[in-house]
Amino acid sequence: MNPETPLTFRHYHLLGIEDLETSEILTILETADSMAEISRRDIKKVPTLRGKTVVNLFFEPSTRTRSSFELAAKRLSADIINFSLSASSVVKGETLKDTVRNLEAMAIDALVVRHSSSGAPHYIASFCRSHVINAGDGTHEHPTQALLDAYTIKQYKKRIKGLKVVIVGDILHSRVARSNLFLLRKLGAEVVLCGPPTLLPLEFSKLGAKIEFNLDKALVGADVVMMLRLQRERQKANYFPSIREYRQLYCLTQERFKLAKKDAIIMHPGPINRGIEIDSALADSVQSVILRQVENGVAIRMAVLYLLLGGKERESSD
Amino acid sequence: MNLLIKNGRVIDPISRTDETLDILIENGQIKAISPRLEANEAEIIDASRLVVAPGFIDMHVHLREPGQEHKEDLITGSRAAARGGFTSICCMPNTKPPNDNSGITEYLVVEAKKKAVVNIFPIAAITRELAGEELTDMVDLSQAGAVAFSDDGHPITNSLIMRRALEYSLLLNKLIIDHCEDKNLSAGGVMHEGEISCRLGLPGMPAAAEEIMIARDLILAELTRARIHIAHISTRGGIEFVRLAKKKGLAVSAEVTPHHLILTDECLANYDPNFKVNPPLRSADHRQALIDGLKDGTIDVIATDHAPHTPEEKDVEFDQAPFGLIGLETAVSLMLDRFVHKNIISLERLIQLMASNPAQLLGLKNKGRIAVGADADLTLLNLRKEVIIDVNRFASKSRNSPFHGWKLRGAVAMTIVGGKIVYSS
Repeated sequence: MNPETPLTFRHYHLLGIEDLETSEILTILETADSMAEISRRDIKKVPTLRGKTVVNLFFEPSTRTRSSFELAAKRLSADIINFSLSASSVVKGETLKDTVRNLEAMAIDALVVRHSSSGAPHYIASFCRSHVINAGDGTHEHPTQALLDAYTIKQYKKRIKGLKVVIVGDILHSRVARSNLFLLRKLGAEVVLCGPPTLLPLEFSKLGAKIEFNLDKALVGADVVMMLRLQRERQKANYFPSIREYRQLYCLTQERFKLAKKDAIIMHPGPINRGIEIDSALADSVQSVILRQVENGVAIRMAVLYLLLGGKERESSD
Repeated sequence: MNLLIKNGRVIDPISRTDETLDILIENGQIKAISPRLEANEAEIIDASRLVVAPGFIDMHVHLREPGQEHKEDLITGSRAAARGGFTSICCMPNTKPPNDNSGITEYLVVEAKKKAVVNIFPIAAITRELAGEELTDMVDLSQAGAVAFSDDGHPITNSLIMRRALEYSLLLNKLIIDHCEDKNLSAGGVMHEGEISCRLGLPGMPAAAEEIMIARDLILAELTRARIHIAHISTRGGIEFVRLAKKKGLAVSAEVTPHHLILTDECLANYDPNFKVNPPLRSADHRQALIDGLKDGTIDVIATDHAPHTPEEKDVEFDQAPFGLIGLETAVSLMLDRFVHKNIISLERLIQLMASNPAQLLGLKNKGRIAVGADADLTLLNLRKEVIIDVNRFASKSRNSPFHGWKLRGAVAMTIVGGKIVYSS
């Protein structure tokens, strides 16, 4: 790390993008630059967090995010253990509070939490001493995803301010959409949300987004097109009549993508439903930066772990 | 023991009284009211800095007995009521088993007489098992002591059943108390649907879910000419419909809770389950409509919807926590501090909302007023006293109040039930 970098990161936890200052977001993105460099070395490891213990506490299935945090912790020499729902005592009726307290009794430093309840990391943070990192809570936020998305956008576009970013799909249930909306608005991008009205409440306009139900119109002049995963179960709850009709209206096809800017990039938080929200060929095209997002995820999570756990003790501001 | 309450500021909305008077109580009844009374062998209460009001009545309380006594029971619930200035409370039928037969109603009446320190009046179910399918024996329940009927928490989906219930209630001249919620529309919701739910990523319950049911049931009340009482109204649309129905001359009344009058959905920003309640805390514009309805007479009653849940039940993820908060021990101070002292409503109007009107609506003839011959149920208030709400001092078994730590001006000084002092600060 460059000790000259003035780090402004005052939070004790990373619960969401909404409560971060713009300067804190920029600090994470800058820190990620140095972290990315570590992953390009032959020996991808630095001793920065040696002796720190991180727990991946995942109450929902996840491959990408969990592995990404695991690699991030390991590259910084922290110890990390994985705790997932199937292996947990939750099935035996233990409360979330007791689960966390038991883990804390083993002298841990940080908890990376994925939970199906919105606000679960906030609840945990209200009683635990460890640093809490939100790795996705219900339909609320997924802050590290938004951070790695911003980092990726910056790599390709050199800036965020003034860009037109279109996010397409099931906005209502998407924590990725919310975190990205909060972050991109703070950094001055125009955010257009697109999806069927059943999955795109008008209230999002009060959070700073533009609402567009028609994908063709939304795509015109876009610099970034971010496709969200569609859960097939939503059809059974009548959010849309059929996958066939959804695909007709909201699948990013090669034809449609021509409406965006020539140098527009395609993003997706994964896992992809090929042929439902995005044409398979587009997902693998040169304009798709989906795998770069995954790559950058490790650097962003190293940065977050470093800023929360590394350096001198900061006072809690949460 | 007889009581002589001296020099209190006696306020009785029914007789339009507001003056300094003495009140003599004998054998559980008010014996005399006069500027200067003397009595031998009576305990003297100096009320010279206090307001003496007819005993407050909370017509919407969950006492959890029988079946969920770990949350509350008749003893602790009645003590909480006494501490909060209520001399009578009505208990909702969603117990386990529900109060849908005269056996349970009689149990509540008998046990309350034995154990409770305030009057407890059971509200019986409208339909068996609160299932919304078959009417209960309403006349039988009424004779056993039910003062009103409600499927609180389990709104009747079938309009025909609701029509029949309203019609049949004409036999009794007793209220149908209506929890208005279209459960299909609110399904899965845990808070008010709006900007805040969108930001917090929590599933919402739209105001429309309440408004649709209020509209339907007011239309049915017009059809049947039956009496209907809208429980815990929380929406602007609901207020508008009730206002219109009153203008038409329907036998409609409405209650509102202190928490819906004071809190909004913005309180949920930290995902604290103590703010999780049904109907949910609404946005500021709905709250303002409730206040307007309180001022212009659209709303008739303040009721708490006291809903006890144990700390363990509430100490979980937000969406896992049960709905409900407790209100018996905070309502009076909240209303005095936030409404009377801020000159939004008068003290006389508050007493009307908390004593006279509920007594009249429930047909409790000797309650809700201060008059010779009336029951000696009195609530004494100290308007200037400052209190800090502390859930750990509550008489209730539960602690799920969102008002912990609030500093309020105005407090209950004494609660008298049937001539007996059941609480004194």
